[in-house]
Amino acid sequence: MQDLHSLTEQALELVGQANDLAALDQVRVDYLGKKGHLTALLKGLGKLSAEERPAAGAKINEAKQQVESAIKVRRDAMEKAAIEEKLASETIDVTLPGRGEEQGSAHPITRTLRRIEEIFQRLGFSVEQGPEVEGDYYNFEALNIPAHHPARAMHDTFYIDPSTVLRTHTSSVQIRTMEEKNPPLRIICPGRVYRCDSDVTHSPMFHQVEGLVIDEGVSFAHLKGCIDQFLKAFFEADVPVRFRPSYFPFTEPSAEADIQCTNCGGKGCRVCSGTGWLEILGCGMVHPNVFASCDIDSEKYSGFAFGLGVERMAMLRYGVNDLRLFFDNDLRFLKQF
Amino acid sequence: MKFSNAWLREWVNPSLTAQELADQITMAGLEVDAVEAVAGEFSGVVVGEIVGCEQHPDADKLRVCKVKGHPDGEMQVVCGAPNARVGIKIPFATVGAKLPGDFKIKKAKLRGVESFGMLCAQTELELGDDNDGIWELPADAPTGSDLREYLQLDDSTIEVDLTPNRSDCLGVAGIAREVGVLNRCAVEGPAVEPAAAKIEDSLPVSLMAEEACPRYVGRVIRNIDITATTPLWMAERLRRSGVRSIDPVVDVTNYVLLELGQPMHAFDLDKLNGGIKVRMAEQGEKLTLLDEQEVELQAGTLVIADHKAPLAIAGIMGGLDSSVTDGTRNIFLESAFFSPLAIAGKARSYGLHTDSSHRFERGVDYRLQEKAIERATQLLLEIVGGEPGPVHLREAAEAMPAERRITLRRARVKNGLGIDMADDEIVEIITRLGLEKLSESEEGWTFLVPSFRFDISIESDLLEELARVYGYNRIPSISLTAALDIIPREEADVAQSSLEETLLARGYQEAITFSFIDREASAKFDPEVEPVALQNPISSDLAVMRTTLMAGLVKTLQYNLNRQQDRVRLFETGLRFVPTGEELKQERMIAGLIYGTRQPEGWTGSKDVVDFYDIKADVEALLARYDAEAEFTFVPAKHPALHPGQCAQVLRNGEVVGVIGALHPTLQKAYDLPKAAYLFELSQDALGQSLLPAFTPLSKFPEVRRDLAILADVETPVGDLLKVAVEAAGEYLTDFNIFDVYQGKGIDFNRKSVAMGLTFQHPSRTLNDEEINAAVDAVVRELEQKYNASLR
Repeated sequence: MQDLHSLTEQALELVGQANDLAALDQVRVDYLGKKGHLTALLKGLGKLSAEERPAAGAKINEAKQQVESAIKVRRDAMEKAAIEEKLASETIDVTLPGRGEEQGSAHPITRTLRRIEEIFQRLGFSVEQGPEVEGDYYNFEALNIPAHHPARAMHDTFYIDPSTVLRTHTSSVQIRTMEEKNPPLRIICPGRVYRCDSDVTHSPMFHQVEGLVIDEGVSFAHLKGCIDQFLKAFFEADVPVRFRPSYFPFTEPSAEADIQCTNCGGKGCRVCSGTGWLEILGCGMVHPNVFASCDIDSEKYSGFAFGLGVERMAMLRYGVNDLRLFFDNDLRFLKQF
Repeated sequence: MKFSNAWLREWVNPSLTAQELADQITMAGLEVDAVEAVAGEFSGVVVGEIVGCEQHPDADKLRVCKVKGHPDGEMQVVCGAPNARVGIKIPFATVGAKLPGDFKIKKAKLRGVESFGMLCAQTELELGDDNDGIWELPADAPTGSDLREYLQLDDSTIEVDLTPNRSDCLGVAGIAREVGVLNRCAVEGPAVEPAAAKIEDSLPVSLMAEEACPRYVGRVIRNIDITATTPLWMAERLRRSGVRSIDPVVDVTNYVLLELGQPMHAFDLDKLNGGIKVRMAEQGEKLTLLDEQEVELQAGTLVIADHKAPLAIAGIMGGLDSSVTDGTRNIFLESAFFSPLAIAGKARSYGLHTDSSHRFERGVDYRLQEKAIERATQLLLEIVGGEPGPVHLREAAEAMPAERRITLRRARVKNGLGIDMADDEIVEIITRLGLEKLSESEEGWTFLVPSFRFDISIESDLLEELARVYGYNRIPSISLTAALDIIPREEADVAQSSLEETLLARGYQEAITFSFIDREASAKFDPEVEPVALQNPISSDLAVMRTTLMAGLVKTLQYNLNRQQDRVRLFETGLRFVPTGEELKQERMIAGLIYGTRQPEGWTGSKDVVDFYDIKADVEALLARYDAEAEFTFVPAKHPALHPGQCAQVLRNGEVVGVIGALHPTLQKAYDLPKAAYLFELSQDALGQSLLPAFTPLSKFPEVRRDLAILADVETPVGDLLKVAVEAAGEYLTDFNIFDVYQGKGIDFNRKSVAMGLTFQHPSRTLNDEEINAAVDAVVRELEQKYNASLR
């Protein structure tokens, strides 16, 4: 049995020396294969007596298992190393940028419009659209602005012909909606509007959102509540809002709403021309003449309307300091949003 | 409206600072634009009198003056002003004085001569624009008095940006009335006693356009002294209102306009023929105005004429020929009421806008004319003397504005404003505003509106007045309440935002370009359509309404290429304006443009540039939002702005919904684009609604795919081949695609190879080879018959 011991030792040593799977397999074949050395010992058991045979057999099997197990351990280690090596070789630079298209972004005006729409939609307002080349009737007459009314001078209107204009406000959509639908109404009308004026603070085309609420029992206090809540929601801040009497031919009473300057917090700065307040929108109770143009009974219904400039809201919200940037469409500007 | 705070205080004087007052009236609806000091900050400047003036021994341009005015006696002052001379009174900045800009006056030596102070020009005190030497003060200025006190310079100007409804505040008196209401304090103007007539003279006036001018007050004043100077206090008030002093007569009419809000006019009586006719102009009559421009009058313009010719455009501007000049001795004063409707828009039509037209357009108090003419007379007699004739009033009573009576209902106050206001308070506020309570009933009250409030004619107007005086910010803010009805929305509607999101995810940036474009650009992109033109464009490059959004996108591309952006992907949504017959079609479009490399520059990317199929994929992604793949087709088409060989119309069920293609090389060149740009434009209106998904059961049986390589003529569109193949393949075809198109070596030069994959599947059993072979054979047969195609 000295033979068994030294054979086992030899085999284990060779397992230890094997550097690759092929060498390891050769050890297996040489010792454990059909013609292997340990297998041969098993075959030689027949020469032993029946008494000796079980013990000798058990020893040989034990040795075989020892070698097999060593081979397995060795093989697992080799495979693991091989996998690790392969994985190591597959390492990439994860800090490199990803492949494929960039994400574009909506124009800041659209982004602002969507935000305004979304706030009002949560309050049950629906969004209405109307034409931009508009009849004098919808843009002026029906809104209680007859020809030669001094308020027309405030509008710097673009004319297509004497009775057709580029709408100067989205208030025209109010009229179209009131003609088509019956109260109660809660609508906003976002869109492009046009005024014949162009300088650092005026663009001949800009955007407005007109709002209209008509129902029974709507009062000036509701108007104030709605505007106040909207402005706080839009700016996500408890921004002070104040109302000043103003004049629009299609509302009475009329008001301007100011918010405390978002830049200086009311102390007075360049943005608010030192007043501490920023004029943000015009509003008022729908004028009875407007109701009359749309065949709505102003004894039964009352309502309010408001109009706000989207560019101004976007400038305040995102800190844009030049109106003209919105329509230059410089990619370096657009990509900031 | 700009006025001096001190002037206002003469009428009404609540204990508020100028700024507090400005804030108060702003919050009452008279928005104050600015409160500014009337003079620069200075101190130590007195009224000086030059009592001696000699040439400086060593300087040609300097004089050595002896000046009185300092409490310590005569002072020697070296002065460079050419008008320095003995006898005049001037602003004298004494040693220790501080001038605007923190400039301190010290004892100095000028070319060896000592000087104790400085004699000042208007500009040095920020008191005016006159810089021609030292400022000569009136001869009666009290020597030695503090200049600030003498000129009442501790004053500010208040500039109010009035809304068009508040014409009643276009005068100091009106502002004062408003301040009185807000502060519950007395308002009292200067006492005006009617001037007794010293002469009998009057001028006959006939009102020949009574609707336009129902009221005209005139007065003759003879023997005035036009050489008299306007008193300093008046010139100063005019200056503080931004009005230049011209001559005493004009200054007085301007002063009354600013004080009472009544525009007036003075004619040179000796230049008038016969009498005054207030009439409509005859078309083509000529008149040279005060600003020396000759206008051709339009019929329908109200004029003041004499028996020969028009003298003035009523309520807008006087004529040159009848105006008061240096030689005027006798004048005819006019104080009239012109109806707003008669004046509105007229000034503009002559390119004019005057203080007078501004007021008449908005409405002048129609009971103010006599008071104004008396006030003007009073001032004129003080300044230029003369003998007044009687006040001559012509009035067409029936044409006068109707009296307005308004009933205000108690319930309306509560319902309209959302506040409970006590009856007393309501009546008190309304009457304080100058309305007269005529009656009271269970329901409410009836008020009479004063002649100066043109803007009050209905109940809502009174609600505004109540709210305004009560204070808008004292009215509570309450939440809207409404029935919570669900607003229906059709699932098949495709939200514009979903189309936008699709493009944003594909790397597009949204642009917003002007809806009006250059006429030439319009002609380039859409030569067959005559665009809608603006009558009054801002400039020629913003002159016509766009008939396509592509023009704006290409211009934006060019703008960005000029700013070193060489990969551009843009889209825009909005209306295009296409005249179609009598109608103007305003159609909602979505348009896009791609340019530059297919992928953003990066370490993995190729430098390949985009082509037609890139933008087609973007369009297909948009169309996918409509869930109606089978309804859309792309057919080769021509478009003037697009490459004739790389352009397709997009159809839905055969109707055109848009166009796609490469920018025409001619335009590419015109816009200096180094590479080709690809564009699409789809009509959201024409695209319509999406289809709702309709479920088909999933088959449990295996699918079989067969690939075919077909040879067809080069010109045959693959889309056509595919369409025929799909039709021929039968009902079990579930999917198909084109996986290769090849032209070149190995096949006939006018043929191409098209490889298509056809996938078959039966919903309830396994298809056998015979069935599939039959379907494939049918495809090959049809392709052969229709397109002379063969298996490769």
